[in-house]
Amino acid sequence: MKVLIPGAAGAMGRKLSFRLTREGHEVIGIDRRPWSEAPIEFYQVDVRKRAAEEVFRKRRPQAVVHMATVTSLAVPGEEHRSQINVGGTRAVFEHAQAFGVEHCVFVGRHTFYGAGPDLPLFHTEDEPPLELDRFPELADLVAADLYAAMALWRFPEVTTTVLRVCYTLGPTGHGTLAAFLGGRHVPLVFGFDPLFQFLHEDDFIDAIALTLAKRPRGVFNVAGPQALPLSSLVREAGRVPVPLPEFLATAWRGRFGLPKLAIGAISHLKYPVVVDARAFREHTGFLHNHDELETVRAFRQAFVLPL
Amino acid sequence: MRPDALAALRIETQVHEAVERLELPFNALGLDPYGISKKYLERFFTVLAIAYRYYFSVRARGVEHVPPRGRAMLVGNHSGGIPIDATMVIACCLLEGDPPRLAQGMVERFLNRFPVASLWASRTGQFTGSPEHAERLLNDDRLLLVFPEGSRGTAKLFRDRYSLVHFGSGFMRLALKTRAPIVPFVVLGASEAFPTVVNAYRLGRVLGIPYVPIVPYGLPIALPVKVEIEFGAPLHFTGTGNEDDAVVAGYVDQVKSTLSEMLDRGARRRRGEPVAESA
Repeated sequence: MKVLIPGAAGAMGRKLSFRLTREGHEVIGIDRRPWSEAPIEFYQVDVRKRAAEEVFRKRRPQAVVHMATVTSLAVPGEEHRSQINVGGTRAVFEHAQAFGVEHCVFVGRHTFYGAGPDLPLFHTEDEPPLELDRFPELADLVAADLYAAMALWRFPEVTTTVLRVCYTLGPTGHGTLAAFLGGRHVPLVFGFDPLFQFLHEDDFIDAIALTLAKRPRGVFNVAGPQALPLSSLVREAGRVPVPLPEFLATAWRGRFGLPKLAIGAISHLKYPVVVDARAFREHTGFLHNHDELETVRAFRQAFVLPL
Repeated sequence: MRPDALAALRIETQVHEAVERLELPFNALGLDPYGISKKYLERFFTVLAIAYRYYFSVRARGVEHVPPRGRAMLVGNHSGGIPIDATMVIACCLLEGDPPRLAQGMVERFLNRFPVASLWASRTGQFTGSPEHAERLLNDDRLLLVFPEGSRGTAKLFRDRYSLVHFGSGFMRLALKTRAPIVPFVVLGASEAFPTVVNAYRLGRVLGIPYVPIVPYGLPIALPVKVEIEFGAPLHFTGTGNEDDAVVAGYVDQVKSTLSEMLDRGARRRRGEPVAESA
């Protein structure tokens, strides 16, 4: 199968490219970022630009895995982030429809649902995004997710899969959660200890490969092993949890070696975002290979802190 | 060692053993998929057990009616300004249940907003009372603790302690939908332990809680009063949960009248009147 991956030069995009190539697929990557000596057919173009459309037109992929979104709990330093996330998603789906793509996969985030005191502990796919007012920095990702889901009725000839994937963690040290756990000291909000749900990087790649094989239509939460309380996660990762009263946790973001966070991210240090991923398992048969403790250990071994 | 220190030590061992016997899917760190933690359960239940044994000297009857495993809904009366009744029923199911079971209450929404309280409630499986949580726990074959009177129940004044206020019908629809048996129970004495004379609703609003119960002696401390818990035989209702309101209200009334009878019998027993033991 010919698979196009917008966002192929990211850490997960590269992993997926290798994996699909190994499985015998013809993989084409596009990304704004460079990938020197890419082992796949690679175009360094912005997915919103005409050159990207040309790749769709000339290469006629059968499947597209859209990974070209900017995700981060950090302060949005990236300019035009919402244009990349929403504009890019629009371009991908419109090209997919225009150039006869059979299956289009949007890789979104479980943070879609938001974190707050009144939300249920486990989120199912039918829930609307809430608590956006507390975390406006996430609005572009939510908009991209909902826009992608619109393709389900706008472009019925394209099989659309919208994935809401929990955090990934593993030896590459790539991703939102890994960045948060990167330093020696990790802030907690005193008196709160939310569950964090994460998936081993390799299991994440498995989940995408399975999605391409099974082509489930609809919106699916993707998660693997059980979630861990943040304090346990931090300790298992070999870091030092630093419980701070909420006002200090808010004021000291990005200072004293603590990770940079958007103000809205504080609610994610108080309340959990955990998804129910049963529907995805039922539709694809996905099973994770790494449990929660193995996953943290894989990250810990790859990112040992200097003594 | 002084005998009370010995007793405390024995309680810790007993709680530890009971927590170890819980049939919940704990991982290597002692955490279940909901984030319930063995470590937190042990500390929580050690405190509860001391209150259960020595402060409220709880006497429990009919614990055998709590199913040893599988889904079930414990449904009972609320009374006393603070949820002494809920915590003592939770303690009872762990300490006297065979096998021990973790009863998971449906907590008032405000609790999750407070630091520490939110943490302890989460780690001990006491989640916010929402239909989503209730349904998920029952489908996971957990033991759910429900007070259909809600916070209206704990707002009951001392003089109304053996009465029941309005019952919601959500619990019944859930029981029908999930095919969960209802185990009726009554708690007597919670209102004597915390005899509310008036509720300060405006002060509650300022503090972000439903109301502040005021007791005649001023201090918000429960009195060491004997508390009795009685479980009745499980009630089984069959249906889908989509029945008309009138049908569901009929089932709710059956539960309410069962509890009402149990309460009357219990109140007479407490006054030392002869009671015909039935069921």
